[in-house]
Amino acid sequence: MSPGLRWRKFVSGFMLTMTGLCALVSVSVLFLILGYLVYHGGTSISWNFFTKLPAPVGESGGGMANAIVGSGKLLLLATLFGVPVGFLGAIYLAEFSGGTTAFVVRYAADLLNGVPSIVIGMFAYSLAVLPFKHFSTLAGGFALGLMMIPITLRSTEEFLRSVPNALREASMALGASKWKTITSVIVPAAYRGILTAILLAFARVAGETAPLLFTALGNSFWSPGWHQPTASLPVMIFTYAIAPYDDWHRQAWAAGLVLLGLILVINIVARAILSRGMAVPRS
Amino acid sequence: MHASVRPALSVNLPPIATSPAARETSAVLSMRMTISKVNFFYGSKQTLFDVSMGIATNKVTSLIGPSGCGKSTLLRTLNRMYEIVRGARLEGEILLDGQNILTQDVTSYRRRVGMVFQRPNPFPKSIFDNVAYGLRINGSKAPISEAVEKSLRHAALWEEVKDHLHKSAYELSGGQQQRLCIARALAVEPEVLLLDEPCSALDPISTAKIEELLVQLKDLCTIVTVTHNMQQAARISDFTAFLLTGQLIEFSPTPQLFTTPGDSRTEAYITGRFG
Amino acid sequence: MATTTTTVPSAGPVAGLRSFLFRLREGDEIARMITFLFAASVVLVTLLLVFVLWQGSVLPRHKFGFNFFHTSVWDPIFDQFGALPFIYGTLVTSAVSLFVAVPLGIGAAIFLAELAPARVSDTLEFFIDLLAAVPSVIYGVLGVFIVVPLMRSYIQPALQNTLGFLPLFKGPAYGIGFLTAGLVLAIMVIPYIISVSREVLLAVPRDQREAALSLGSTRWESTWQVVVPFARPGILGSIFLALARALGETMAVTMVIGNTPIISASLFSPGYSIAAVIANELTEATSNLHYQSLIELGLALFLLTFILNGLARLLIVATSQRGRAMGHT
Repeated sequence: MSPGLRWRKFVSGFMLTMTGLCALVSVSVLFLILGYLVYHGGTSISWNFFTKLPAPVGESGGGMANAIVGSGKLLLLATLFGVPVGFLGAIYLAEFSGGTTAFVVRYAADLLNGVPSIVIGMFAYSLAVLPFKHFSTLAGGFALGLMMIPITLRSTEEFLRSVPNALREASMALGASKWKTITSVIVPAAYRGILTAILLAFARVAGETAPLLFTALGNSFWSPGWHQPTASLPVMIFTYAIAPYDDWHRQAWAAGLVLLGLILVINIVARAILSRGMAVPRS
Repeated sequence: MHASVRPALSVNLPPIATSPAARETSAVLSMRMTISKVNFFYGSKQTLFDVSMGIATNKVTSLIGPSGCGKSTLLRTLNRMYEIVRGARLEGEILLDGQNILTQDVTSYRRRVGMVFQRPNPFPKSIFDNVAYGLRINGSKAPISEAVEKSLRHAALWEEVKDHLHKSAYELSGGQQQRLCIARALAVEPEVLLLDEPCSALDPISTAKIEELLVQLKDLCTIVTVTHNMQQAARISDFTAFLLTGQLIEFSPTPQLFTTPGDSRTEAYITGRFG
Repeated sequence: MATTTTTVPSAGPVAGLRSFLFRLREGDEIARMITFLFAASVVLVTLLLVFVLWQGSVLPRHKFGFNFFHTSVWDPIFDQFGALPFIYGTLVTSAVSLFVAVPLGIGAAIFLAELAPARVSDTLEFFIDLLAAVPSVIYGVLGVFIVVPLMRSYIQPALQNTLGFLPLFKGPAYGIGFLTAGLVLAIMVIPYIISVSREVLLAVPRDQREAALSLGSTRWESTWQVVVPFARPGILGSIFLALARALGETMAVTMVIGNTPIISASLFSPGYSIAAVIANELTEATSNLHYQSLIELGLALFLLTFILNGLARLLIVATSQRGRAMGHT
């Protein structure tokens, strides 16, 4: 082997090893994050964390029960608002629309998907907070729901499109109407994909903080009904982490662990649903 | 019937020598490559069975057979390209100029065996840089622009591209791109040139140009081509090998294989009863 | 997609109406209309978003014009608003993040697409996807409690000792500031670069690699000189996507940048970013002009990310189409 070739082979081996290191470093970040959260948060999680209200400044103990319930309410609203719009819009795109309309809708959805979450927050603030002159759970749900729409819409459309045309034709050939075909053949055929899409959209907004700062705001107490500001896990984590109290820091770690655990579990479940195979092969 | 053909497929006595028509010429034929008892596996699936044949120096050898017969696999063993597929394994021996190719350094070995692919696949670079690529990485001392011109002339492309060598290779037509790929392979002066269905993506006129080119190129190097097209094999090759389900059924001088096939399966294939 | 309107040309308006009524009864026409309303609402919401941002920022546009973007006094008390420190902070932190994330992300993507066995690659990609799902406030928590102390005690002093002659690494090591925010952003955008780059690298036809190898390339030469250039537009697209993310990122940056409107050549200096100032001041805006100035910042952010995302998508689509046009063998 000539020295030139030996050098080239060394460079090749060296650079390929470096790419492996890059991959290792990037992936290990996930485990570092998990490790730190479990280490710091694990010790602060207790029964109280899930059942008690936040303790006043200066007192130790307390929990985030109101934030957990608040997040639940916000996400419920977001799902009720975002999923139907995204899902039905996707049906229109995949089954009814012609080229131009579909292009415009898709373009708008992609645009919306790329909007920084802080700008979504501003938008929701000027539409759902300013006119009513108070922060509310509803406004927070609206902001999160807005973010769910494009994610649900685009991936649901993908999965509907991946249903083979032969299935559509077979159903129509039996005399089923288009709507009947959609509800009884196409959506069931793509349901795993659609479920995955919805779960991923849910997980994505579950950790969103910026849009809630201007809408649901925060609350140290329970938030009855839908018209009052409410605490939520992500905002609590933020406020507690930048506050100067050690006890709050511990709570922030614990809340971070709970939130990340929830999001990762949903992600893993969503991918498991998809990888167990769809009812029909993707074309 | 093929029982009489089979034993002849040994390394020491290449099958061409058994054919009476070729016996007199076989004396002057030298073998650039010899393939002996090659078995090939993808994982646990065997795709070549005991293939043995010789590749004659400065001749065109064609591999034909229906899809999935192993002809492309066989071609890819000749430059060890199969090694980039995980789980691929080769048993047997392949010699180039009497040396076992499997024990050589794979990078420097591949430089000696050029390859042209089914679809034209120029690199996303200029025409000039495509041809110069192999020279540059191998640190060639020779003046690069002269070598590029020489290769483009060999590939019968020089006249068409000499005024815009620095345009993107993707601006050429499909047939020109394929000749560019041939020039790219020729630039590093390979001893053997492998072509994997080089015309399958081309129109008839481009195909005719490439066929003509290959016949001229055999003075420069030894050519092995895989083709789906029997007429093409008949037109351009000196020797033809017919493969079926991973086995070498027949290997003879081309005129003989197409006029008096020695095996009923060969006859069935060339008369179009399957394939 | 088949159209639902199948009127025969000779059939008059009466037949057309009858066919319409028939389809109405079948539910198809209603379904079409309802789903259309939902699809159209997506467009409407997007238009409304643009409208709200544009209408909401009339005052500062009229009062400050273009000066808004290149003056640096941000004073709510005297109603004077110049956004330069925020723009500077956003650009600097994004630049730092790309400086770190691009080599690391592309390196990892090359490993995943070119080197790793399919199963290893898919497993690692799964982890990368999970990493992309980690909310930004969590990155912020880790930034505040882990990265900031590390920077203050080890990394910034080390940088000062070795590269301290550069203006970039001068000044006291607070821990917080541009550099820290940039690093946290880098960690956040790496998954995007890896995922998209891996996709476009995998879309490069295999015979490109084989052609390079058959000319005597080493594995790295075929990857770096042939495969990566082939995928270059798509990789560039992934970088644009990452940049768009970094520019608009709020929580993690707010928590570690220091929230001080300073323009400083030193990366150790605390700073401020567009998203952070919006997050901190929007609900406490003292005057209408103050509020509208924040909206104008939001509009600027929106336009920037809009352009970057659009370019990114074009580049990525073009690359995968080139791969498809070249065919897979």
